[in-house]
Amino acid sequence: MAAHDTLERQQEQQLTEAIRVAVPERSLRHDLRAVSIVWRRELIRFRSDRLRAVTSLVQPVLFLFVLGTGLSRLAAHGMPAGIDFKTFIYPGVLAMSVLFTAIFSAASIVWDREFGFLREMLVAPVRRWAIVVGKCLGGATVATFQGIIFLALAGVAHVPYSPALLLTLVGELLLLSFTLTAFGVMLAARVKQIQAFMALTQMLVLPMFFLSGALYPLAGLPAWLTVLTRIDPLTYVVYPMRHAVFSHLSVSPATLNALSPGLTWFGWPVPIGLCLALVAAMGVALLAVAIAEFQRTE
Amino acid sequence: MTPAISVSELTKRYGEIDAVRGIGFEVPTGETFGFLGPNGAGKSTTIKILCTLADPTSGTARVAGHDVVKERDTVRRNIGLVFQDTTLDSYLTGEQNLRFHADLYGVPKAAFAPRLRQVLEMVGLWERRGSVVATYSGGMQRRLEIARGLLHAPRVLFLDEPTVGLDPQTRDAIWEYINDLKKREDITIFLTTHYMDEAENCERIAIIDHGKIVAMDTPEALKASVGKDRVQISTADDQEAIRALADTFGIEAAMHEGRVTFSVESGEQFVPRLFAGLPVAIRSVSVSRPSLDDVFMSYTGKTIRDAEASIADRNRAVAARFGRR
Ligand SMILES: Nc1ncnc2c1ncn2[C@@H]1O[C@H](COP(=O)(O)OP(=O)(O)OP(=O)(O)O)[C@@H](O)[C@H]1O
Ligand SMILES: [Mg+2]
Repeated sequence: MAAHDTLERQQEQQLTEAIRVAVPERSLRHDLRAVSIVWRRELIRFRSDRLRAVTSLVQPVLFLFVLGTGLSRLAAHGMPAGIDFKTFIYPGVLAMSVLFTAIFSAASIVWDREFGFLREMLVAPVRRWAIVVGKCLGGATVATFQGIIFLALAGVAHVPYSPALLLTLVGELLLLSFTLTAFGVMLAARVKQIQAFMALTQMLVLPMFFLSGALYPLAGLPAWLTVLTRIDPLTYVVYPMRHAVFSHLSVSPATLNALSPGLTWFGWPVPIGLCLALVAAMGVALLAVAIAEFQRTE
Repeated sequence: MTPAISVSELTKRYGEIDAVRGIGFEVPTGETFGFLGPNGAGKSTTIKILCTLADPTSGTARVAGHDVVKERDTVRRNIGLVFQDTTLDSYLTGEQNLRFHADLYGVPKAAFAPRLRQVLEMVGLWERRGSVVATYSGGMQRRLEIARGLLHAPRVLFLDEPTVGLDPQTRDAIWEYINDLKKREDITIFLTTHYMDEAENCERIAIIDHGKIVAMDTPEALKASVGKDRVQISTADDQEAIRALADTFGIEAAMHEGRVTFSVESGEQFVPRLFAGLPVAIRSVSVSRPSLDDVFMSYTGKTIRDAEASIADRNRAVAARFGRR
């Protein structure tokens, strides 16, 4: 009996000793661990929310099949022979497939605030940038993943499954998703009601899509529309994506010129690299603003 | 030894509202200290300042020996928190919630698994760790939050109304965990409540009203300081009864909770004299030993329930003015 008691006490002691936890001084490694867990949480939540993955595919699928098929007969007059209208709008609709998911990921910050979980994150002994960066990476990953699902439908739009093309498109989707999430997170720092957030993003997303040249070529437009398309950030992703798709099709230079003309600023052709660099720079700038804003909130 | 918490001249203004109006106190290491006060007294605001979530308007506060404004991060590493409203991610499982917390607080990876098991067993949730939090009952969520607050072995644990909205059994169970915890870990607990009986569990309490500390001592000492029993009667004519009490017995009575209420030295002996001497018909009588509610009343001139009712009235008035809700 006595021996049994001592054994138990020993075990208890071991347990207490084993769990002596000392929270370490703050370090970069610790901050990176925070980035990683915030990121992983987004993935876990996306995985458990299959409905969201399905519903966010509805819009792009509608655009591609219903709008694409419906308009193709009308568009056929303007289309070079042998090119499907669906092929033409595919890159733009692909960009759209990540648009909503990326911004909805940012909306989860507004939810987190409403349900209190944001407070659990903000009171932790980590730098705020770690939380914001984790959130943006998480949103970007989830949205890119969504884009990849839509990418699987490329064949239906007669876009070839070439590894080089797919890789380019995934890279461009990732860049776009990251910038969009950063934009959403920046907005979420200020807009604290979910309804207001949704209304505001709805108001921004559709014009951005329509002005991006997703549904029409960027050349020969009236002056006012030319200016607006050049201001729309989405243009600088849709153009490189369409360029990538068309350079993997075997089409005549005339067709290429009609459907995927170069993007110009006052007649100067903007290189693809610069377009992508612009989007990346915008993403980093938005991220910086988002971090600064979260630094200030209680 | 430096106290676990020391606060002096602390104030907090929210625009027009003075939420905290110059409070000061010290909590020695290892104590369970309670803030008792009605709705809107400034309890949560004080906790937010101590946890570095809000900046004080003026005054200073130190937690675990560190200034809450200048040494935010050090303070954060040393505290555990359970907020008044839940802050769990209800889409994650109990274990995932705790893992998230461990990574945010940098709990060493090797220590996580045994510590997880220990805190979850302590609150009786080890078997349910794989379930999504949305499927937990209110009491289970509260217990999970307490486990999470303890995961990184904080030196000071803040509990803002840890048992609000829970049934009496769950409240008792949570108090058992808290008392058990005191035996196992070297920890200081700061909690707020507006339940009188709960405040009795604290080693020392501060009574707070309208952003000010009106009394601070052990529950026993506070009750002893009141000394008198509380008598409440309902009569055929309450106004007449109050007048008669003043004229005949020289006792100052007032209406509280809808009954004529007053304090006397030894209540039981006074009741027969009351029946003999009061010209108004008495319907019922109750005599109670001094409770913390009487302490509250003797310092603020109202019972805690009166105070909450008047806050509710004020809120309703404000809401009516803005024509919302
Ligand atoms: N963020 C805020 N902005 C404006 N006023 C606030 C804010 N937070 C608290 N207050 C006000 O400060 C006062 C004290 O509030 P506090 O939440 O500290 O009360 P409490 O004692 O915790 O009450 P309860 O028991 O209801 O939780 C209240 O009048 C409240 O309206
Ligand atoms: Mg409160």
